[in-house]
Amino acid sequence: MTPDKKFVWTQTHLLGLENLSAQEITHILDTAESFKEISTRNIKKVPTLRGKVVVNMFVEPSTRTRMSFSLAAKRLSADVVDFSPSTSSLSKGETLKDTARNIEAMGIDIAIIRHTAPGTPHMLSRIIDASVINAGDGAHEHPTQGLLDIFTMREQKGRIKGLKVAVVGDIMHSRVARSNIWGLTKLGAEVIAVGPPTLIPQQIRELGVKIAYDIDKVIPEVDVINILRIQLERQRSKFFPTVREYARLFGINSERLRHAKKDVMIMHPGPINRGVEITPDVADGTHSVILRQVTNGLSVRMAVLYLVSGQPKAEEAE
Amino acid sequence: MTTILIKNGRVIDPANKIDKVTNVFIENGKIKSVGPKTPKANKTIDAKGLIVTPGLIDMHVHLREPGKEDEETIASGTAAAINGGFTSVACMPNTDPAIDNEASAEFVYLQAKRAGKANVFPIGAVTKGRKGEEISEMGQLFRGGAVGFSDDGAPIKSAEVVRRSLEYSKMFDKPIIDHCEDMDLIRDGTMSEGSVSVTLGLVGMPPVSEEIMVYRDIALAKLTDGKLHIAHISTKRAVELVRQAKKGGIKVTAEVTPHHLTLTDDYVKTSDFNTNYKVNPPLRTKSDVEALKAGLKDGTIDAIASDHAPHAEEEKDVEYNVAPFGIIGMETLLPVVLTELVHKKVITINQLVASLTVNPARILGIPKGTLSVGADADVTLIDLNKEWVIDPAKFKSKSRNCPFAGWKVKGKAVSVIIAGHVI
Repeated sequence: MTPDKKFVWTQTHLLGLENLSAQEITHILDTAESFKEISTRNIKKVPTLRGKVVVNMFVEPSTRTRMSFSLAAKRLSADVVDFSPSTSSLSKGETLKDTARNIEAMGIDIAIIRHTAPGTPHMLSRIIDASVINAGDGAHEHPTQGLLDIFTMREQKGRIKGLKVAVVGDIMHSRVARSNIWGLTKLGAEVIAVGPPTLIPQQIRELGVKIAYDIDKVIPEVDVINILRIQLERQRSKFFPTVREYARLFGINSERLRHAKKDVMIMHPGPINRGVEITPDVADGTHSVILRQVTNGLSVRMAVLYLVSGQPKAEEAE
Repeated sequence: MTTILIKNGRVIDPANKIDKVTNVFIENGKIKSVGPKTPKANKTIDAKGLIVTPGLIDMHVHLREPGKEDEETIASGTAAAINGGFTSVACMPNTDPAIDNEASAEFVYLQAKRAGKANVFPIGAVTKGRKGEEISEMGQLFRGGAVGFSDDGAPIKSAEVVRRSLEYSKMFDKPIIDHCEDMDLIRDGTMSEGSVSVTLGLVGMPPVSEEIMVYRDIALAKLTDGKLHIAHISTKRAVELVRQAKKGGIKVTAEVTPHHLTLTDDYVKTSDFNTNYKVNPPLRTKSDVEALKAGLKDGTIDAIASDHAPHAEEEKDVEYNVAPFGIIGMETLLPVVLTELVHKKVITINQLVASLTVNPARILGIPKGTLSVGADADVTLIDLNKEWVIDPAKFKSKSRNCPFAGWKVKGKAVSVIIAGHVI
């Protein structure tokens, strides 16, 4: 699908999907569609963001999101600066505010930030003039992951409206879940949150989500199973008794999938705890689009970088 | 002989059930008379159109001295108090070091005397070093001038310690003031648990964490017949617990802050994670706010206090998770409550004045909050209809962590008199 040329994109930041309209989300997806082809070229580079400077401010560890943003920016010919807290002045006690202002003083156009604290990208957007992209803020949102998940669903299923999507696992601590919920419900999908009650806040219903505690009852009726990583580092409060029990009750394995629709899609934002939330045969099986998600992440992030940068001419990308 | 005549003001003195346009005469720092007489005075204040009340009392503030003088000092805090219309404040002992012995309580009085502004009454720590383990030398603290006991900033975890402190403090007839929250349920929460916290991905502090502790403390107050005061009450159920306890004759009182009476957790979201909405107890829901208003109206809640909690800008201007809890409030309490509660007819001006004068004075057992003949001549003059916009840059407090910046308000304290001196 090609982007609607009449649609005027006005956002200078991407802080979350909650505040985007269905039309804006669709516009990002359509723009990502038009960028997909670049990654298949021999020379995977266009001059769209030439002369622009992008900084990767990853204050929380990340592999795929950070690399994906770096590659996406480089494919658009932006200069990319990496920043990591352990080698930065943050480790010397400098505040994020001062660090951000100093970075901006070097002429940054786009700041991509990942942080453990919800709302940090919003704070950053108040401090600096550059565009801010949220690459994950605590348990709040991970908009580009939500977008690439939805993009992948749309690519595989041809639609979002009417899809039934199970989001399985640690909803409470998951920014991926929240961005998926905002995006999917705005585009007309039905979302079912599945997991133990300790990991599903009841108030999630207010976002238009159903709650289920029995994965086996949900599997036959859904088109997509989006499996969240069990955040073992959160387990100090004992949200479930053992990893083994979690795997028994909610782990997606081939036995469970026998009751699923034939064309069910298995998704996972990674990194995977193999044998816990998903068995290896399912992760690598025919229903899995996990690596496809990673590939699509590039196009989606290129689209987001392009849109927030305020680049007026879509043809430059061509 | 120094004399002041305040004439033609609407005198509201709930302690003496006075609400009429009349005159107040002050002689040598004491109230000499309240009535139509117009004795000759060295100074005459025309209070026509103004409300004349006993000097207002803010029974719950943090002045940060000793230890965090960059955020506030007793001098700057009392200047802020006067700017807000308060002639007396009671300050919490969560300083560094804590106010947990006679000398430290005396230090507060000494600094307040040096500052020469509002009256300052220290509240002593319930436990040594506020560690929650052993009760402090309450007798010595009392001798040093402590008017109540609290580990505020943190709850008293041990029910046994609460029990003993309620029993022991009966000797001095001073209240145990508890900050009610069950820390096991709070974990590293940063806002009230509910649909907003779930949406924002912030760790929630469940309202039940407050209610459990309010219930526990009330049960212990009943057991001991001790005087219990619930600080900054914030939930609907907690208000109901206090209401029922009062009906049962238990010696419990409660205070509420202006921000819990006017703001909800939605502000965290609509402000895009502005840390000036990060307070403890956290901002709750609309139904809690309504219950707090009802509790104030029917007398379940006795006092309004600011919980003035100054923080340096660099401490608040950080990621939401790591910002400290607390906002300043002495300079906004009166205008915010007048605008949102009195002018909107939730409570009467008489109820408001009672909650800031006779009631806190009674709870703390201090000889303030009245215009009785012979009382200290502490007086506040309020212009009920003055419209203005809150601008924290103009505050006397050292800190600026105010969530009411930009609010259009109606009502302001225009003058205070302390011990017969016009400030």
